[in-house]
Amino acid sequence: MADNRGRTLAEKVWDAHTVRRGEGAEPDLLYIDLHLVHEVTSPQAFDGLRLAGRPVRRPDLTIATEDHNVPTVDIELPIADPVSRTQVDTLRRNCKEFGIRLHPMGDAEQGIVHVIGPQLGLTQPGMTVVCGDSHTSTHGAFGAMAFGIGTSEVEHVLATQTLPLRPFKTMAINVGGSLRPGVTAKDIILAVIAKIGTGGGQGYVLEYRGSAIEQLSMEARMTICNMSIEAGARAGMIAPDETTFAYLKDRPHAPKGAEWDAAVANWRRLRTDDDAVFDAEVDIDAGTLTPYVTWGTNPGQGLPLDASVPDPAQIADETARFSAEKALSYMDLEPGTPLRQISVDTVFLGSCTNGRIEDLRAAAEVLRGRKVADGVRMLVVPGSMRVRQAAEAEGLDEVFTKAGAEWRQAGCSMCLGMNPDQLKPGERSASTSNRNFEGRQGKGGRTHLVSPLVAAATAVRGTLSSPEDLD
Amino acid sequence: MEPFTKHTGVGVPLRRSNVDTDQIIPAVYLKRVSRTGFEDGLFAAWRGDETFVLNQEAFANGSVLVAGPDFGTGSSREHAVWALMNYGFRVVISSRFADIFRGNAGKQGLVAAQCEQADVELLWKILENEPGTEVTVDLEAKTVRAKDFVAGFQIDDYTRWRLLEGLDDIALTLRHADEIAAFEAQRPSWKPVTTPSAAS
Repeated sequence: MADNRGRTLAEKVWDAHTVRRGEGAEPDLLYIDLHLVHEVTSPQAFDGLRLAGRPVRRPDLTIATEDHNVPTVDIELPIADPVSRTQVDTLRRNCKEFGIRLHPMGDAEQGIVHVIGPQLGLTQPGMTVVCGDSHTSTHGAFGAMAFGIGTSEVEHVLATQTLPLRPFKTMAINVGGSLRPGVTAKDIILAVIAKIGTGGGQGYVLEYRGSAIEQLSMEARMTICNMSIEAGARAGMIAPDETTFAYLKDRPHAPKGAEWDAAVANWRRLRTDDDAVFDAEVDIDAGTLTPYVTWGTNPGQGLPLDASVPDPAQIADETARFSAEKALSYMDLEPGTPLRQISVDTVFLGSCTNGRIEDLRAAAEVLRGRKVADGVRMLVVPGSMRVRQAAEAEGLDEVFTKAGAEWRQAGCSMCLGMNPDQLKPGERSASTSNRNFEGRQGKGGRTHLVSPLVAAATAVRGTLSSPEDLD
Repeated sequence: MEPFTKHTGVGVPLRRSNVDTDQIIPAVYLKRVSRTGFEDGLFAAWRGDETFVLNQEAFANGSVLVAGPDFGTGSSREHAVWALMNYGFRVVISSRFADIFRGNAGKQGLVAAQCEQADVELLWKILENEPGTEVTVDLEAKTVRAKDFVAGFQIDDYTRWRLLEGLDDIALTLRHADEIAAFEAQRPSWKPVTTPSAAS
């Protein structure tokens, strides 16, 4: 830290938020610019504050929404599950007691916490952003240092607006070349995770860079940073550029007038210096990528859609082989089966990974004039009420419902199945979400992670497919 | 937080890698608003299988979990730590922990002891050969012991110190309240606040 070499983006943001440097083994104390709160990981934190008689230090840097538990149908009715209802009611009481802005179910700004932060313009370059949710890494798409925290840390941030942390190591993910048509940000990140593994990013903050990244929209960048945690990294970042500034301009909480100019001048400095050194680097050529799908029970177990289910016997590493055997048994898949022959019962389009308007547009384009296959259920769950509204203004809801898909209200929904949107035991899904863990979408459910394009094509054919497979 | 110096308890071999937090406690069990009672959701899907290690009598009262690499990946849910502790676990041994899980464990007083994978394999063998074998975890000496097997483990010095002393993180940070206030006073005015009045 003391040498004169250039700084990476992550180090610049870290340095700018260091309240005090730790001495010896002591961690640094990092200031937090924005704290996002939801109903699942906050109740015990607020209890802790009450017990200790502590206030929330900066309610004006804190914002809450209801997303994990909320139903996506009949939202005007009370939540049917009494335990979910209690959790949501508890958030409402806590926000009222501690003076925190809350967007409850039914509110125009309600939605998945990682969709609403950027949408409101609250997520800005160079900020530190935390939330009691591992997909907080999403916000790194703006050049923010954004990471998930546990409930003890939620309480810590509420009480002090800081966190004691040791600096992360830095890893560059160089994505050169350009994506081919039909290949998306989701395919990039699934390929990255397949390459470095679910533990490859542990202890690191990833910086995605290179021509393929620079060509992506903000929403696509969010998809990539979102899944950094699935590679084990606490955070993923992308240097802000004109695309970032254009996205932010005129958002409700973006700076205005002279403040905007001052902010952009500052943001332009948020780039890794040419002479900076990363602790590790990984290279990927975007031009060689094709649509990716997962076959196993962790997000690193993914392959191009053109491939077949792998044979564990051919995996040299014992732990990886054992894990692949267990995964295939859980997924009920035979080695050698072409991935395109795997049929699904459910298609889920949504989540903080792929529940934004561009994701919905991409899927709707595939579904326009087509039908969801017989026996397949497709759920379309917008990431926020604003996304839902925008989609309806463009008539996308009609495209989905005409195709036979269900058009739902906003929330986390089947990504983690805390609400009634779940797979039944043995059911198989193609899902645009982020985790294919055992039981993630419902006890005994089997998940294949895919992009919105693959999700839509799969809905039409009933088997894992890309739009190229459609007539 | 209770100080932790040394613990001896039945070791439980969990021969799995990538034990993600959805396996430790599925999302449907996260709806409580307390920090207690999460033991019913611990490894919920696996506990339905009667051959699962915790369903074997010799391991049912285990308090030292010995797991494969990449333990605690996935969701940030601290409920995973609460579920392990509510069940009675005081220590998890693995060759690699997910960062957020490790942090959460350290805040709650669950020791996440990082051992070499070769040592994990040896521990598995000992615990499987003689179910019910006790493991002693000494945080001061940073060692795990089972019968005549001894191995060192890693844990960061700051977390170790806090665990040994049983210190509350928030109280430690609030000693620096003046520095936090000084930092805040210098924040640029264009940085956003969440209050709606400042929005438009």
